Amino acid sequence: MAAEKMALAKAINESLRRALDADPKVLVMGEDVGKLGGVFRVTDGLQKDFGESRVIDTPLAESGIVGTAIGLALRGYRPVVEIQFDGFVFPAYDQIVTQLAKMHARSLGKVKLPVVVRIPYGGGIGAVEHHSESPESLFAHVSGLKVVSPSNASDAYWMMQQAIQSDDPVIFFEPKRRYWDKAEVNTEAIPGPLHGARVVREGTDLTLAAYGPMVKLCQEVAAAAAEEGRSLEVLDLRSVSPLDFDAIQASVEKTRRLVVVHEAPVFFGSGAEIAARITERCFYHLEAPVLRVGGYHAPYPPARLEEEYLPDLDRVLDAVDRSLAY
Amino acid sequence: MESTAARKPRRSAGGKAGTTGTKRAGRTTAKKAPDTDPELVQLLTPEGERVQHADYDKYVAGITPEELRGLYRDMVLTRRFDAEATALQRQGELGLWASLLGQEAAQIGSGRATREDDYVFPTYREHGVAWCRGVDPTNLLGMFRGVNHGGWDPNSNNFHLYTIVIGSQTLHATGYAMGVAKDGADSAVIAYFGDGASSQGDVAESFTFAAVYNAPVVFFCQNNQWAISEPTEKQTRVPLYQRAQGFGFPGVRVDGNDVLACLAVTKWALERARNGEGPTLVEAFTYRMGAHTTSDDPSRYRHDDERAAWEAKDPILRLRRHLESANHTDEGFFAELEAESEALGKRVREVVRAMPDPDRFAIFENVYADGHALVDEERAQFAAYQASFADAEGGK
Repeated sequence: MAAEKMALAKAINESLRRALDADPKVLVMGEDVGKLGGVFRVTDGLQKDFGESRVIDTPLAESGIVGTAIGLALRGYRPVVEIQFDGFVFPAYDQIVTQLAKMHARSLGKVKLPVVVRIPYGGGIGAVEHHSESPESLFAHVSGLKVVSPSNASDAYWMMQQAIQSDDPVIFFEPKRRYWDKAEVNTEAIPGPLHGARVVREGTDLTLAAYGPMVKLCQEVAAAAAEEGRSLEVLDLRSVSPLDFDAIQASVEKTRRLVVVHEAPVFFGSGAEIAARITERCFYHLEAPVLRVGGYHAPYPPARLEEEYLPDLDRVLDAVDRSLAY
Repeated sequence: MESTAARKPRRSAGGKAGTTGTKRAGRTTAKKAPDTDPELVQLLTPEGERVQHADYDKYVAGITPEELRGLYRDMVLTRRFDAEATALQRQGELGLWASLLGQEAAQIGSGRATREDDYVFPTYREHGVAWCRGVDPTNLLGMFRGVNHGGWDPNSNNFHLYTIVIGSQTLHATGYAMGVAKDGADSAVIAYFGDGASSQGDVAESFTFAAVYNAPVVFFCQNNQWAISEPTEKQTRVPLYQRAQGFGFPGVRVDGNDVLACLAVTKWALERARNGEGPTLVEAFTYRMGAHTTSDDPSRYRHDDERAAWEAKDPILRLRRHLESANHTDEGFFAELEAESEALGKRVREVVRAMPDPDRFAIFENVYADGHALVDEERAQFAAYQASFADAEGGK
């Protein structure tokens, strides 16, 4: 198998399979990841092929999952843990922030914790409460963690490979509403850097910056805008920590306008950080303030209202219009 | 194999856990453990008399006078080091100190039960265990002086860094033990925590994980009766060791001021772990003779007479009485130890006073193993900012 079209969830499955195969120290652990293959089937078949000792069904205790993964990493393992849904990560937040993120620094570099925390995140699937959130900023704010989110199957495959190989803890946000989107995955390609952004559509009038589930939306926005004669550049940031400010800067120096799009609430979201830093870096290039489109400062609404809450084509186009009107 | 099926009752009240639980349930009795308490494993009385125990004698059966003197020496030197650290805090050399005064037997007994390849996960008060593991005591002081967050390599002595957040390390210990089991090694892991930590969810989760995966881990709870100002009855309505039963592994209460009993019970528990019999909870019933830390004032919440009662059960005094009554020592031993103690105190003083502040750029060191663009950028900005002062000074 070299290049094959596969769904994003399947790409992660193949990537985990490859990592389990290549390194006996790699473990997969989480709730229902074994026999069931995970509630999204991302780990489907892995326990059957690699055994219960390496693909571990855990008790339903997120702090316990991450805390024991830290211990396993101290013993030399490379655990890939699954948090079943975004809203369930908070029982583990203490272990992630207080222990996982800080161990390398507090041990003066003597202890490495190569733990990957997989979190299916974001809305748009009509789920119940706590199943549609985008908490990436809460992790990007914490030094010691790296935070990434692929937007497509190929990135999902390769970024998972790179996250597992990283000696730093990586919070791996999987865009659950894109799990079933298919794309070509070349398993023999040489991937770009894990934390580098990528221009997925070139343009000259304005830059749309997004990651994870919002990249596809931004591509649709750019296509719609093109029909109106607007040339939008779309940047897939791929990594939230570190952020590839050089890539954003390069794009903004060309287009002179920036709109950042994410599902997470705008207030203190990654867009705020991007706006602040890009304003600093590109002050004399900007024709308009950096605008943000995202969730509101309100709990994620019931499913029947989520379309009103989530950024969509019209809301992003509205921001594009506002930026261009400056 | 069901981990609980193979175990046989270890307490002298064997097989009566249910009835003793009934007897002891209730908030007023949770922290009382008279020396005649049948639940409490004791091999040395406070008077230093060796008493027999059907289950645990064998774990210290071959102990030599030299080894007993060694335990005594460990406790005396640990207490001396601890006193020196407290003094250094009073002199302004340390920002804070968490004294282990009174808990020497629990720590030396359990610490000496471990094997070199075992792995230890301490709280922030395990200075005696660190001593047993061969960690230089002066390395423990960096974090209390404020020059680092932990000054030793955990893998050099299989002694993890101190963990400040209460109970977090019990999960790390359990995970580590799961790894030991996966590796097929016969090492064991020991996790230290206190009576306050027993209320933490992480401790309950570690019990669950350890039981479910039959992990080779010993949960060593030093019940020193006080979590800062809160007595144990604010944490539990049953004796803490009985918690283990609900998780499906044995729990034992040991006299935490009896170094021999702590050694024996911990050896037993570690042996169970090595034999694939899973986790054990050991509750070392002891007393925090000092304040929680040098910032604490126990006079606000407890009476001096309570401390006086525990002073009569002092761990060092009782072993000394035993050594003397058994004619295992002479005056030369105590004199030499006194000199060694003073030399240790002197060395600790000198090392701490000479401990330099870290380089300011240490802020940015080791934040990540593989680097991070933002850290690099901020380090460069910080350097430029610092350099601007040098330029200004140079320009004058």
